[in-house]
Amino acid sequence: MEKTGQSPSQWLVLRTGFLSARLDRRVPKILLGLTLVTLTAMVWSVGQGDYPVPPLDVIRTILGLPTDNPEYGFIVNTLRLPRTLVAWGVGMALAIAGTLTQGITRNPLAAPGIIGVNAGAALAAVSLIIVFPGAPIAALPLAAFVGAFTVAILIYLLAWNGGSSPVRLILVGVGFSLVAGSLTNLMITFGNIFDVSQAMVWLAGSVYGRSWAQVFAFTPWLVVFGLLSLVLGRELNALQMGDDVARSLGSRLEWQRGWLLLSSVALAAAAVATAGGIAFVGLMAPHIARQLVGPSHEGLLPTAALTGGMVVVLADLLGRLLFAPIELPCGIITAVIGAPYFMYLLIRDRK
Amino acid sequence: MERIKERLLIQSRPSLLAIGCILGIWLLLACFVTSIASGVADISPADVYQALTAPNGSTEHLIIRTVRLPRSLAALMVGAAVAVAGAIMQGLTRNPLADPGILGINAGAAFAVVTAVFLFNTGSLNFYAGFAMAGAAIAAITVYGLGSLGRGGLTPLNLTIAGAALTALVSSLTTGILIISQRTLEEIRFWLAGSVAGRDMELVIQVMPYLLVGLMLGLVLGKQLTTLSLGDAVAKGLGQKTIWVKVMAAMSVVLLAGGSVAIAGPIGFIGLIVPHIVRFWTGADYRWILPYSALCGSILLLLADIGARLIIQPQELPVGIVMPLLGAPFFIYLTRSQVKR
Repeated sequence: MEKTGQSPSQWLVLRTGFLSARLDRRVPKILLGLTLVTLTAMVWSVGQGDYPVPPLDVIRTILGLPTDNPEYGFIVNTLRLPRTLVAWGVGMALAIAGTLTQGITRNPLAAPGIIGVNAGAALAAVSLIIVFPGAPIAALPLAAFVGAFTVAILIYLLAWNGGSSPVRLILVGVGFSLVAGSLTNLMITFGNIFDVSQAMVWLAGSVYGRSWAQVFAFTPWLVVFGLLSLVLGRELNALQMGDDVARSLGSRLEWQRGWLLLSSVALAAAAVATAGGIAFVGLMAPHIARQLVGPSHEGLLPTAALTGGMVVVLADLLGRLLFAPIELPCGIITAVIGAPYFMYLLIRDRK
Repeated sequence: MERIKERLLIQSRPSLLAIGCILGIWLLLACFVTSIASGVADISPADVYQALTAPNGSTEHLIIRTVRLPRSLAALMVGAAVAVAGAIMQGLTRNPLADPGILGINAGAAFAVVTAVFLFNTGSLNFYAGFAMAGAAIAAITVYGLGSLGRGGLTPLNLTIAGAALTALVSSLTTGILIISQRTLEEIRFWLAGSVAGRDMELVIQVMPYLLVGLMLGLVLGKQLTTLSLGDAVAKGLGQKTIWVKVMAAMSVVLLAGGSVAIAGPIGFIGLIVPHIVRFWTGADYRWILPYSALCGSILLLLADIGARLIIQPQELPVGIVMPLLGAPFFIYLTRSQVKR
């Protein structure tokens, strides 16, 4: 699949036993850059708050080294670190899910929401908040997760008609999301205004008050399905060229599409259940990454993941800085910092 | 066999489609009269006719002329306008997920109205209309500007992702305001759901010229859009000045979608779904997709609005909520049975 007319030095080829990957030369540098920005933002974010902690002490505390103030341990490790880690993980999961969905459907407008994950989660969560205001807060992620998976499976089954098809998947997904969305809207329009306000915060997506429990519940999903996506991701390069071409290149089409879709749904559902409906990251992180390293999926997936993680971590930091002491949910800020960044990339590359 | 059937279908299409159009217009009129006649106060179709042609000043006629007629007219026009705008956007961007919202129009309008309510603390439907129109126009111009700055100029991909980015940005600002100010949320949430209830004649007449001009412009572009939907290169090769078609189409979309959002608030379902439903029998020819979209959009919104009044009498639901509930199952059924690839 080497494109003609491009010098071979543009690519980095890695081979280990049964796996091989061909990366764009820009990938390692950009991954490093994104990681550095993210780590800096995380340290700043952990130090930020009513009780500020200097950056050096943040790093020492996280590494377990002694600091002058014994209270730092509690503030950094118990209160603030898990929150930032959740933001990072959720951002990565959403971005990977978005890249997979756009690859599977061959549509640049597809976000994880297209397979109904967000609509299902939102309907379940908003119903819980507005119809059963007395329900325990711990039930919320569970309800959202179940809602997301149920709707995604329904869409896949309804779109199956002697085989899956990207177009049918998109259209059935749109129809389903609209039904779920309008039921959610119904509750927002007629529910008790205080419950509705609370539901809006959940819908916008927030990592407020997340603890180690959420980190531990979320990490396995990210690790298992994130790795699966990275391994399967290169199949997307073939799927990209259409079903017929992919088949003749030797893709086991339905099998691969099924696994990719499952990874995407699992990542998005876990993310939505943990942090609510953070918009933008799943849709735009893949585009940002494409502007950075080009469209080949081996390099695109990790770049998109780190971009998504970075955007959500920065958004969470900014959401706390902007109108302090009022805190804005990070789901509102993601687009406010992500969209201009994306537009800058779009304009910078013109010829 | 399949191929012969296809050829037969293609040959019999124009006359069949023309007859279908005429039947559609009659169906539309029937829905319009039913829409005026149905509601909490029972009124017969004969009365409707009388009230429109020779009003006698009775309460019933007054209800018809001041409440029911503007509402039904609004549903009729908004339905047609949003559906045509959606069809144009799908042709322009060659993306089945596109709708007028892709130009940031609904998001821009919602943001302008929410900001106005947040800052000025007052509101009426006619007050919202001006802000909605302005917000829609500014958003669309921004998206077109950004899209044409990208690599390769105003390609469908650039337009689509510039629109998606701006929409995400603006709607998250809107959500931010709604979270900060509960008063704004309470005041605006019914408008945000999309509805044609309680619109007065003044508002409808004010916005009508925009919609009519937009509709004419859109319908005239049918042939050009069909060519353009084959790809920029093909259209240019056939001698089309693509940039002009794109600008004209955008003007039409701004007038149609901007006017609709000014009357009815952001109504999402029609622009996305109706063109797909219509394509199941018109094929890919925009000279037929556009008029059929207008007809079907009107009929669908009128029917949904009747449903919105009748489902939980005497309470009312916003039509923006009822429509997906009625229309989406039908749409999913069509997709399952018709989309083969």
